[in-house]
Amino acid sequence: MNLKTRKILDRAFAGSGVFSILLMTAALVVILVPMLIRGWGAIYFTATVEHRHLMLERFDRGNPERVADELNSTRETRAPLYRMITEFEKQLETSDSESRKRYTTPLRELKKAIHDLLGPAPGAIRPMLMRDQYGQMRWGRALVKLRNVLYREEWDYSDPTRGGIKALKPRAAEFTGTPVEPLCAYLENNLTDMMLPRRTLYWQFLTDNSYDSHFFGGIWPEILGTFYLAVGAMLFAIPLGLIAAIYLTEYARETRLIGMLRTCISTLAGVPSIVFGLFGLAFFINTLKVSSSKSVLAGSLTLALMILPTLIRASEEAIRAVPHTYKEAALSLGAGRWHTVMSVILPAALPGILTGIVISMGRAAGETAPIIFTAAVSVGKPLALWQVFSQPTPALSWNIYNLATEHEAVDEIRHVQYGMVLVLVSLVLILNLAAIILRARVSKRLKG
Amino acid sequence: MKPLDMVIADRPDVRSGNNAGRTPDERTHVAVKVFSVFYRANQAVKDVTFNIPAGYVTAIIGPSGCGKSTILRAINRMNDLVPGCYVKGELLFDGQNVYNPDVDVVMLRRRVGMVFQKPNPFPKSIFDNVAYGPRLHSRLNQGELAEIVERSLVDAALWDEVKDRLDDNALSLSGGQQQRLCIARVLAVDPEILLMDEPTSALDPRATLRIENLIAELRGRYTIIIVTHNMQQAARVSDFTAFMYEGALIEFGPTKEIFTKPTHKQTNDYITGRFG
Ligand SMILES: Nc1ncnc2c1ncn2[C@@H]1O[C@H](COP(=O)(O)OP(=O)(O)OP(=O)(O)O)[C@@H](O)[C@H]1O
Ligand SMILES: [Mg+2]
Repeated sequence: MNLKTRKILDRAFAGSGVFSILLMTAALVVILVPMLIRGWGAIYFTATVEHRHLMLERFDRGNPERVADELNSTRETRAPLYRMITEFEKQLETSDSESRKRYTTPLRELKKAIHDLLGPAPGAIRPMLMRDQYGQMRWGRALVKLRNVLYREEWDYSDPTRGGIKALKPRAAEFTGTPVEPLCAYLENNLTDMMLPRRTLYWQFLTDNSYDSHFFGGIWPEILGTFYLAVGAMLFAIPLGLIAAIYLTEYARETRLIGMLRTCISTLAGVPSIVFGLFGLAFFINTLKVSSSKSVLAGSLTLALMILPTLIRASEEAIRAVPHTYKEAALSLGAGRWHTVMSVILPAALPGILTGIVISMGRAAGETAPIIFTAAVSVGKPLALWQVFSQPTPALSWNIYNLATEHEAVDEIRHVQYGMVLVLVSLVLILNLAAIILRARVSKRLKG
Repeated sequence: MKPLDMVIADRPDVRSGNNAGRTPDERTHVAVKVFSVFYRANQAVKDVTFNIPAGYVTAIIGPSGCGKSTILRAINRMNDLVPGCYVKGELLFDGQNVYNPDVDVVMLRRRVGMVFQKPNPFPKSIFDNVAYGPRLHSRLNQGELAEIVERSLVDAALWDEVKDRLDDNALSLSGGQQQRLCIARVLAVDPEILLMDEPTSALDPRATLRIENLIAELRGRYTIIIVTHNMQQAARVSDFTAFMYEGALIEFGPTKEIFTKPTHKQTNDYITGRFG
């Protein structure tokens, strides 16, 4: 191979390397940035007066007089709306049955749409569900609901060769000639005054309990649950993993049995996490009965089992990477095997082991499948420490999935889901960052 | 081979022992008797027999791969770490077979210190390096520990260079300083024998000279066995020399005789640089 081809090859290789790194970075940015922006929207958003109302009522937050003032002013701007409806209803009572028949359903739908937007009408009985007791908290959602008031969705199935075609029919047209006719225009023009949107930093999203299955409040129970599960898993996995790694590297003779054991550990690292979840249910809960049903304890044990192989491998590598000379030096000075491991080998392997630990912890925090059957519930209160032995907990990973798929009102609470994603991703990123810093600091101490 | 006592009688300088502490005597400290070491099927040391006198410096020389390190590491049983390694014959330390099943290896290694070819300080502070052995073997308060550390560093001729930076990481020292630190670390355990496996091969001439001077100073207080590839070094520092070839001991005797009138042709060839 002459110099020219060698140069071209080198360049091609370097070029493709740079290209793939750029591609990865771009992918990361494309995935992360929207996620972070939308997650941030759970904390910093344009809140309506309804949000401040709820904060005052449920969390005792905000200035009561100011909120009362705001509520009064919005009540005034909203009043004409309800007046129109009451007037129309009165009119209907005395009108003929045909027009009553004609307007009953549209009017009910209209009232429902307005209720969705602004909350219960003044003087109405307080609804049972908390979500029905308030109007829209977030200006963005309010605009969506406004559209539902202004327009009615209609599906046209007349063409059998195609699916239904959606059409938006202005509601105002349904009420021409009635007292309700100007309602839509009035609502559209005065919505801002009815809801008083304002940019709000709701950082308590991170520390508040959730109300009415995540309709209101924050995600503290999930954060705490994830913390318990991850820390619990590490409490089991770190000692076991370290002891196993030490045994495999320092004590075990290279027999065929040990070789098989190693293969098993590697295989275990590749087992799908849902299998660990089912195993955890069958073993920890049904067989060992560590708790009568789902609990943080059972979840932690399952997670520990899942990350154990990775942890063992990482620690093994780290221990193997410790120069043989350290061990020889310690032994030649008359240190026992155990003491050599504790005083020389482990400290020198610490950077690698720490990296393994933190990365496993990130995985334990993020995994969903192992805790579905063993620890996770979708709604719950934050647990006290002593409850972890018997109580299940909400957790970020599981609730992201749950809110995205199984919640009855997925669209209403997207922001909560994105908020959880933001927190979980930040958590994992912070853990990884911590690993890098820790590693750098420990290696610096070792190198002097 | 000349009997040991005759050799010593020939060497009044050795006999008088110009160093403080223990004086050299005629006592045999390590006796190797028809001793073989195997790495699985490969016999690295073949039926070797010789006596190492207490308090003197004994050099082991020979071409690469002849088993010098192996026999050295047999004395403090570092070969136990090598899977598949086993021995035959006897290796007596103070009259007791090192390979007896009831020997406490940890105690043995405490009495037989070792300095390795490449300086291998722990990635700890200078102080902690030297204190490692004493901390292992006895409960000492900080004052006693500091005393031992200082004495060992003084003995290893390193004290003046590091006394202001005992808390620095040992890896920040130069190679020669690191090797002297390793010697100090061994001295702190207060062994009876010092095994040195090519202790200067990774060092420059100046650092080498310092280590050689150090060996001269330690001579008499410790029985020193040194493996070296450097003929001049063997001639300079040792009282006795063993020449090994392909696992067998060819010749053992006072260094002066080995270097001036070797009885075997192989020894002569090796010393004069015709092979190896
Ligand atoms: N750990 C080991 N496993 C297997 N064989 C070994 C091992 N260490 C040494 N040997 C073999 O034993 C023989 C003697 O090796 P040894 O290290 O004692 O030689 P040496 O004289 O110290 O050589 P050098 O001067 O190069 O250090 C060699 O043939 C070598 O291949
Ligand atoms: Mg060697």
